[in-house]
Amino acid sequence: MNSLFEYLLRLGDDSLIIGHRLSEWCGHGPILEEDIAMTNLSLDFIGQATSIYKYAGEVEDKGRSADDLAFLRFDREYKNLILLEQPNGDFGMTMMKQFLFDSYRKPLFERLIHSSDDMIAAIAAKSLKETKYHLKHSSEWIIRLGDGTEESRNRVQDSLDTLWRYTSELFFEDSVDEELKSSGIVPSMDGIKKDWSSYVGEILNRATLTIPINNWEQEGGRKGMHSEHLGYILTELQYMQRAYPGMEW
Amino acid sequence: MVAEKDVWNYLEEVFDPEVPVLTVLDLGIVQKVKVVGSSIHVVITPTYTGCPAMQRIEEDIIEKLNEKGDFEVSVDLVLSPAWTTDWISEEGKRKLKEYGIAPPEDEADKSVLFAEQTVVPCPNCDEKDTKMISHFGSTACKAHYQCNSCLEPFDYFKCLR
Ligand SMILES: [Zn+2]
Repeated sequence: MNSLFEYLLRLGDDSLIIGHRLSEWCGHGPILEEDIAMTNLSLDFIGQATSIYKYAGEVEDKGRSADDLAFLRFDREYKNLILLEQPNGDFGMTMMKQFLFDSYRKPLFERLIHSSDDMIAAIAAKSLKETKYHLKHSSEWIIRLGDGTEESRNRVQDSLDTLWRYTSELFFEDSVDEELKSSGIVPSMDGIKKDWSSYVGEILNRATLTIPINNWEQEGGRKGMHSEHLGYILTELQYMQRAYPGMEW
Repeated sequence: MVAEKDVWNYLEEVFDPEVPVLTVLDLGIVQKVKVVGSSIHVVITPTYTGCPAMQRIEEDIIEKLNEKGDFEVSVDLVLSPAWTTDWISEEGKRKLKEYGIAPPEDEADKSVLFAEQTVVPCPNCDEKDTKMISHFGSTACKAHYQCNSCLEPFDYFKCLR
């Protein structure tokens, strides 16, 4: 197995799947500004995915383009976090998912900009600027909804309770990471987890939300083992390429 | 053979499709121009990774240079160093304001909830008493504001660094 290729798929699939979920809000946002915000976010993520897949294709060196990687793999070949494929639910659920993920992406990219791999460092530097902005947006919504009305607080607390079980996977590491860490390409998850926990704790506290006590942690995405939701996403995402193979526009 | 200086001049005629008052040079996205014989190589850097205008800009650069002479033109998109709004020229910032878009301000994107100051002067009346309506606007590079004085809603070219 090519560890760098594998790592890039994990990174790129995270961007693609959350980008796709956000795009589902297009035309359905609770207010016009947020409809526009979520599609803007989606665009940033799909842009990131494009850069990452393009590089992944070069690393793999089998002639696969960014589009081939996005549209022509089977579900088990996707390595995104299970958290990101979860249904959007209500706006609070979507923002909670976004907040938990943005809080992880920021410290990750802050470290990847020092990667010994120049291309990863460049992608991280570009993405970090966008991520900081995303995080500001999602954090503010969590505070506003949590410390809002009884209804909004209950809803985001429910969302947190539902999504929390998927957060341990953010810090998943295996032999892929071990190999890349030893050559200075990727950072250790220890520092990222520390930063994530402290930031998430601080914002949830300001939002008057309570971190649930969980005894179940759901992992598997990094190994291609997904929840039932990914298949439905891919059905929609890949429809055109499956129905009209090789089509371009 | 065309001089690199001339190519830079030609690029003054290529505009951002989404903010059509800015040239690609005002925007600061052209990193390098290289001329070898009859071939011209232009290196640009994207504003936002997902900005759909980038592909259009690439095509516009090729089209414009082909208009100017019989060149083989190639355009490369590089991510590093990452673009920042600091690269927008003073001239570009002036044109933005004239067009009704508030140019990027230092530290202006810090938000109200985090108890940080926002100072984006209204492009319509120059009043500093304005409020952010939304972090995101009609394109990836903009946020949405409103003036508390003249009540004009306006786009703000958000600071990215
Ligand atoms: Zn005004």
